Amino acid sequence: MALLSVSNLEVEFKTAEGVVKAVNGMTFDVHEGETLAIVGESGAGKSQLVLSFMGLLAENGRVAGTALFHGNDLLQMKPKELNKIRGRHIAMIFQDPMTSLNPFLTIEKQMMEVVMHHQGLSRDEARSHAVEMLRAVRIPDPEERIKQYPHEYSGGMRQRVMIAIGLLCEPELLIADEPSTALDVTIQAQISELVSELRKETKMSLVLITHDLSAVAEIADRIIVMYAGEAIETGTVDEIFYSPQHPYTRGLIASVPRLDRVSDDELQAIPGNPPNLLALPEGCSFRDRCSEATEQCYQRPPLWRAGSGRTSRCFQGIEGGEIVAEPTGEGEE
Amino acid sequence: MSKPVLRVQDLAVTFTSFTGGWLQRHERQLRAVDGISFELHAGETLGIVGESGSGKSTLARGILGLIKPGRGRVMWNGEELNCLNEEELRQKRKELQIVFQDPVASLNPRMTAGDIISEPLWTFYPNMERLQVEERTRGMMKVVGLLPNQINRYPHEFSGGQCQRIGIARSLVLNPKLLICDEPVSALDVSIQAQIINLLKDLQKKLGLALIFIAHDLSVVRHISDRVMVMYMGQAMEVSNKTNLYRRPLHPYTNALMKSVAVPDPKLAAAMRKESWLTGDMPSPYQRPKGCIFHDRCPFKVKRCEADVPALRRMEDGDWVACHRAEELDLSIEVPASG
Repeated sequence: MALLSVSNLEVEFKTAEGVVKAVNGMTFDVHEGETLAIVGESGAGKSQLVLSFMGLLAENGRVAGTALFHGNDLLQMKPKELNKIRGRHIAMIFQDPMTSLNPFLTIEKQMMEVVMHHQGLSRDEARSHAVEMLRAVRIPDPEERIKQYPHEYSGGMRQRVMIAIGLLCEPELLIADEPSTALDVTIQAQISELVSELRKETKMSLVLITHDLSAVAEIADRIIVMYAGEAIETGTVDEIFYSPQHPYTRGLIASVPRLDRVSDDELQAIPGNPPNLLALPEGCSFRDRCSEATEQCYQRPPLWRAGSGRTSRCFQGIEGGEIVAEPTGEGEE
Repeated sequence: MSKPVLRVQDLAVTFTSFTGGWLQRHERQLRAVDGISFELHAGETLGIVGESGSGKSTLARGILGLIKPGRGRVMWNGEELNCLNEEELRQKRKELQIVFQDPVASLNPRMTAGDIISEPLWTFYPNMERLQVEERTRGMMKVVGLLPNQINRYPHEFSGGQCQRIGIARSLVLNPKLLICDEPVSALDVSIQAQIINLLKDLQKKLGLALIFIAHDLSVVRHISDRVMVMYMGQAMEVSNKTNLYRRPLHPYTNALMKSVAVPDPKLAAAMRKESWLTGDMPSPYQRPKGCIFHDRCPFKVKRCEADVPALRRMEDGDWVACHRAEELDLSIEVPASG
């Protein structure tokens, strides 16, 4: 059984301009020990997707569907029940390491609080556990550094602290929302190396959210590509990178500037802008930015599955696949 | 060869801060930019690359006189900018413009796109006809790939990439000769980054701009630069022609930066990861290492690197490097066959 099983998840926001459907019927599983990457541009709904089952949606947000964690629906839980799971069984790392740490508290305090609350450790036990965790994320001289405040740490070190806090209770699932986007490339490389090493040591599952496919090329097992609130392609990491089905996935791969190519011709951008969720184009939501769009794309493409289990939401390649979900017709108004 | 339009000589910017209480006040000096020199020709692009805290943005501000340099000279078309008074410098700013990193934060949320783009015109040409200003604004919007009928929209109605186009239009509306782009794409989605880089490249060709493009990622700089300067802790480690730099970097730090770039190819990424070697963070700017400032992170260091400061020196093919071992090290980047 999957550790986390999300089905038909929908997230809506009531805004002054109308109801915005940020996530439109997402279904996926996260298995034990697996790294799943969710990739898409800003506004694709990837962050709202995970915030919804963590119970962290904004006030005007509504969520529907199910998100079963060990068979229990996270969406039906009261805050009190959720609090027993969040931080303990499911931990989350946010994008900006500066704003997610409390600037008024020492790192020691912020780390000890987590284990004392969730595991009922004594102060001394909590402190030594925290020091150990800092050492695990390669903070030099952790006994001394733990007494410092966040501003005394560099950006990369702060993100390591965030990872350490996330790992303190040895969660079964770690969700990282753009963990290295705000960091330098050199530090990004260090963080992804750290994450993949830590994953080898534990059986933890990992959900990585990013806009940059190249950032997950090495760490991910499976990838979901999101566009306008929907999964438009899913597959194993090799399937997505070496034989992408959806034109959008191909565009995302082609737009990454490469050092390993001899030519330095013009970069291939995806034309246009991320879609306005209030005014999606009729038919396929990617149609107006797609260079391969045809007449057929004025109808909504169904989600189809190929033999290996990979899925795509595009008329291309549909002949070889089995249709799993007919177009819902939603998002057409 | 033509004369360079911009000549920066031994530019240094130092910040002073105070620690301790007022009874035991200690003064600390932070050398953010420490003796940078380069020349830039019309129509040429210099890429500046380095980690956060390497002094790239401070250098940009120092060139434009937005921060007073502590030492050194900035010559613009033979005229020394630091000698000008405030009004003269203000007039010169018509020719020297900058695009900032955060496309949304650098636009006033209460001004429309049209107001933002035309503001420099009103500032410098207060007597310009309203119709003429609007015509120029609409024209500029077209140039940067915005629809002229979006002129009355506010920044929040645009996406990040479009906001950056507004920022670029605002900098270009005065017909500058030099454009400095300070991390113009690092806040954008990868898919949109390419649009902005291609736009800047086109505009430069069309307008004959001298361009300084700042980024922390060597792969981004590659597609737009003629020469690349690699900065570390306020100093230039290497200034090389683009083709040479990407084939055979001279400085170990350049090599390290190239090996940390992520590639969208799982097998290649795994192979590159094995080769990447840069560990740790940049040292505190208050405790600069003696000798070569990079020596404590450098796997190629020898005794000499801990004691002697390597000068930035010219190599045979005209590239510049600050490393004692530049001749003996071969840091060529092998391009492994992909997938």
